[in-house]
Amino acid sequence: MEQKKLAIIATKGSLDWAYPPFILASTASALGYDTEIFFTFYGLQLLKKRLSLEVTPLGNPGMPMPMGMDKWFPVALTALPGMQSMMTYMMKKKMADKGVAGLEELRELCQEAEVRLIACQMTVDLFDMSPSDFIDGIEFAGAARFFEFAGESDICLYI
Amino acid sequence: MADFDLELDASGLNCPLPILRAKKSLSGLAAGQVLHIIATDPGSVKDFEAFAKQTGNELMESKEEGGKFHFLIKKA
Repeated sequence: MEQKKLAIIATKGSLDWAYPPFILASTASALGYDTEIFFTFYGLQLLKKRLSLEVTPLGNPGMPMPMGMDKWFPVALTALPGMQSMMTYMMKKKMADKGVAGLEELRELCQEAEVRLIACQMTVDLFDMSPSDFIDGIEFAGAARFFEFAGESDICLYI
Repeated sequence: MADFDLELDASGLNCPLPILRAKKSLSGLAAGQVLHIIATDPGSVKDFEAFAKQTGNELMESKEEGGKFHFLIKKA
């Protein structure tokens, strides 16, 4: 049986949205998939050496909050200073309590499993990021490089 | 529970860690050897069925005992 291929584009740089690309890629490689993730725009934050990702309740009516706050807490107040760091702290604590893997751990597992991580060169230039901001073992390339693999893939996800 | 060659305690770990740890443990075994996995994630029941089906390793046993899930997987 020929090896299946999974191609993912990761475009978001918040704590919650950082999970799907790494969870799916690491699981796919455990199932024998050849896997690549192309990180573009805010998704590049997921390749930084130091991850400082946050989650925000602002403009996210689907986010469960403590004490049912998502039902009665005025939306405008979710913009108050400190709300984002508080929700980030609570989310991280909840994840640790429930045995959800840390992002660094999932990212390492992806690299161990030879998932190829590709940073979008154009966005790196656009945001004046330096290659030294990123973890080792990644590739810098453009859209054509993504299609080289994605065009042959069995599953292609835009996250 | 039948004999096994290696035990992996994935209690307290959530998706996808039990699968990833199992994959790693299996890679250290020879063909025909058996891995015993203990997990508490209820999602792992369907996940190990799917893992076995897709990787060709045989899921010999899957059961719940004392609030934990036990799996025996034979390496292909």
